[in-house]
Amino acid sequence: MDFFVNFFVAAVLAGTPLLFGILGEIINEKAGHLNLGVEGMMSIGAVGGFVVGYWTDNLVFALIAAFVTGMLGALIYAVLTVTFMADQNVTGLTLTIFGIGFSNFVGDFVREKSGSTSLKLPEGILDSLGKVEIPFLTDIPVLGKLLFNYNIFVYLGVAAAILCAIYLHRTKAGLNVRAVGENPAAADAAGIPVTKLKYLNLMLGGGLCGIGGAYCSMIICNGVWVTSCVNGLGWIAVALVIFATWNPNRAILAALVFGGFSVLKYYVPQVIPSSIFDMIPFLMTIVVLVVTSIRFSKENAQPKSCGVNYFREER
Amino acid sequence: MALEKKENAIELQGITKTFGSVVANDHINLEVRRGEILALLGENGSGKTTLMNMISGIYHPDEGVIKVNGKEVTINSPMDAGKLGIGMIHQHFKLVDVFSAMDNVAMGMEGKRVKPKELKERLLKLTEKYGLEVEPEKKIYNMSVSEKQTVEILKVLYRNADILILDEPTAVLTPQETKKLFAILRKMREQGSAIIIITHKLNEVMEISDRVTILRKGQSIDTVNTCETNEKQLTELMVGRPVTLEIQRPKCENVFTRLKIVDLSVKSADGTMAVKDLSLEIKAGEILGVAGVAGSGQKELCESIAGLIPVDKGAILHNKENIVGKSPREIANLGISLGFVPEDRLGMGLVASMGMVDNILLKTYDKNKGIFIDRKPARKMAEELVKKLEVVTPGVDTPVRLMSGGNVQKVLLGREIESNPSVLVTAYPVRGLDINSSYTIYDLLNEQKKKGVAVLFIGEDLDVLLQISDRIMVMCHGEATGIVDAKTTTKEDLGLMMAGKRREEA
Repeated sequence: MDFFVNFFVAAVLAGTPLLFGILGEIINEKAGHLNLGVEGMMSIGAVGGFVVGYWTDNLVFALIAAFVTGMLGALIYAVLTVTFMADQNVTGLTLTIFGIGFSNFVGDFVREKSGSTSLKLPEGILDSLGKVEIPFLTDIPVLGKLLFNYNIFVYLGVAAAILCAIYLHRTKAGLNVRAVGENPAAADAAGIPVTKLKYLNLMLGGGLCGIGGAYCSMIICNGVWVTSCVNGLGWIAVALVIFATWNPNRAILAALVFGGFSVLKYYVPQVIPSSIFDMIPFLMTIVVLVVTSIRFSKENAQPKSCGVNYFREER
Repeated sequence: MALEKKENAIELQGITKTFGSVVANDHINLEVRRGEILALLGENGSGKTTLMNMISGIYHPDEGVIKVNGKEVTINSPMDAGKLGIGMIHQHFKLVDVFSAMDNVAMGMEGKRVKPKELKERLLKLTEKYGLEVEPEKKIYNMSVSEKQTVEILKVLYRNADILILDEPTAVLTPQETKKLFAILRKMREQGSAIIIITHKLNEVMEISDRVTILRKGQSIDTVNTCETNEKQLTELMVGRPVTLEIQRPKCENVFTRLKIVDLSVKSADGTMAVKDLSLEIKAGEILGVAGVAGSGQKELCESIAGLIPVDKGAILHNKENIVGKSPREIANLGISLGFVPEDRLGMGLVASMGMVDNILLKTYDKNKGIFIDRKPARKMAEELVKKLEVVTPGVDTPVRLMSGGNVQKVLLGREIESNPSVLVTAYPVRGLDINSSYTIYDLLNEQKKKGVAVLFIGEDLDVLLQISDRIMVMCHGEATGIVDAKTTTKEDLGLMMAGKRREEA
């Protein structure tokens, strides 16, 4: 029992950064933009959150900074693809490369400035990064440990997923965003401000990715600055959007399953080199891509205009 | 809503719009009054759609004044147009496929979100008031073309638009559906709406409109009262010169069987039988018309002849050689050339983003020797086609998607004919084309017939089929319900066979 609980908790912790990345990408794709820059936006958010946390010793400021820097990363992408009609794939790839480079540069720069060999978050913020216990709920046997014994990011992630689902499927704004992603010409003709919605939602998605990045730099790396701390999670998140079938609620499951795969190596007997377990999440991604591409459902599919820029006067 | 009739709902003065060096609209004047239906008549590329797109906010005019209800307005986006009560139903529907009818109506609406239950009630009330048939919760991708159009109309009605623009609304409808649409439009006219309908079907203009404004080459030529004009005068105004409305039918010479189809059965994509035990002879030097309600197996028949889909049973003999099971390329390599014009011109016939030259190369490049492509012959052919068929295009390298429908069709058919086919299969070659282009296409087909090509002409307009074909095969649910002599058959006979009544071969 304990073994299972420990494994589940580890899977949740490993899945949380993925969850933010998946949600960010879902919002982007729902607005009609295949943004391959998730890794980049997460990297930018990682350094933004970390550096502000280092300076202010305040978790709230750090989270806001991660969100805002992630949004700014997405803004670059939005300006290029929405306003200047640049190719979405190329722009996204460029954003990833730029984001990782920018993140490493700023992080290393601050570390060198500090004069020490490693950059560590101050005690105050590290405390607030610890487990948040909820009165009564955390005390429930087994279930309390399973569900209510995590750091603040985990709760935020689940809340974000539920809010995203409500936003996309229960609100007028969400209906309009989905219309833009499916058929921008139809949305335009119906009086929906296509460009504005694309900007807003690209940036919202970027912000969510930024928080996921902050998780990598602040939690996974135990509050010590490590270069390239996002380390490919952004890419898995992009692929997992398909596993989640563009549904924010299912994103929670996707993140949990893949979090589980990535920590599996600590929970099974070591008979073969553990590198195989580093490979499994990516292998599973390939399997998921194949399986989901066979499945044929019109609703649980990528928005139709995803990847295609919209120009009103095009004939 | 009681609206003052006879006052101008929309007034356009000196509207000009250019795309690069092409002048699409040249100082156009137009007015439409409340409680009237104005037909906007013009050939392909005469600037009808461009003009309407300016009223609905898709384009912005370079010059000129737009007045709505007597007040000068600037329309910068479809949203602005909507606020002025202008609704447009585009030729290519602006609907989100994965949404229900309700969601399509609700999207982009201002104000608070309407609860689904209430929205449904409101929609049902509207459908009752105007006699529309639509299920609010049905997804668009499950709908027929006419249902989709009804949703578009519902969208406009729900927004209280009282100025309605329809861009070729009947191009995709059956005669019965057209009748229904016209009934709805008449009802809206009674309620005081102003309606502009773009079309080039003259009989529809005569039937539905109160006045007609004619555009030619981007200019407004004239506006006439429908009751004071006739089809002949309208055609002349539209084309700019006297035109005969009769289709030639040259005499058949040297007729012999070119293509013999024996007991052909073909399954459609969803597994049902699309063609059942069909036997048919297509003869050199004659045009064989195919009539039938859309979806009676015409598409599958064409595609099986062209080798594009597998045949379930039966044989297709070309000069006594069975071509069933051969790939399209093999069919060509055997010296059998099939000119195939698919229903969906741009989807399957041509590559939209490539120019005329490259599209011609698609058919000929494999005969090219060496590893490099020689574009010169294709370019020459493209230039000849432009001259011979009066194709309107900025250049032979301009992507074909930028050309108007009629010109695209000329390129497609011209390319097929240039490959000197022995059998020419054409499906709906004049769909969506104006009179002038249609006649160019009919002439082309007749020319092929005289050259000894076996022509299979799948059409929808029975009048045209009766005039141009030598024999007509009627299809119903994948079966041939009769093959008759076009010269002695009536429209009524064809209609009965289309509904399934059998008739002995002619």
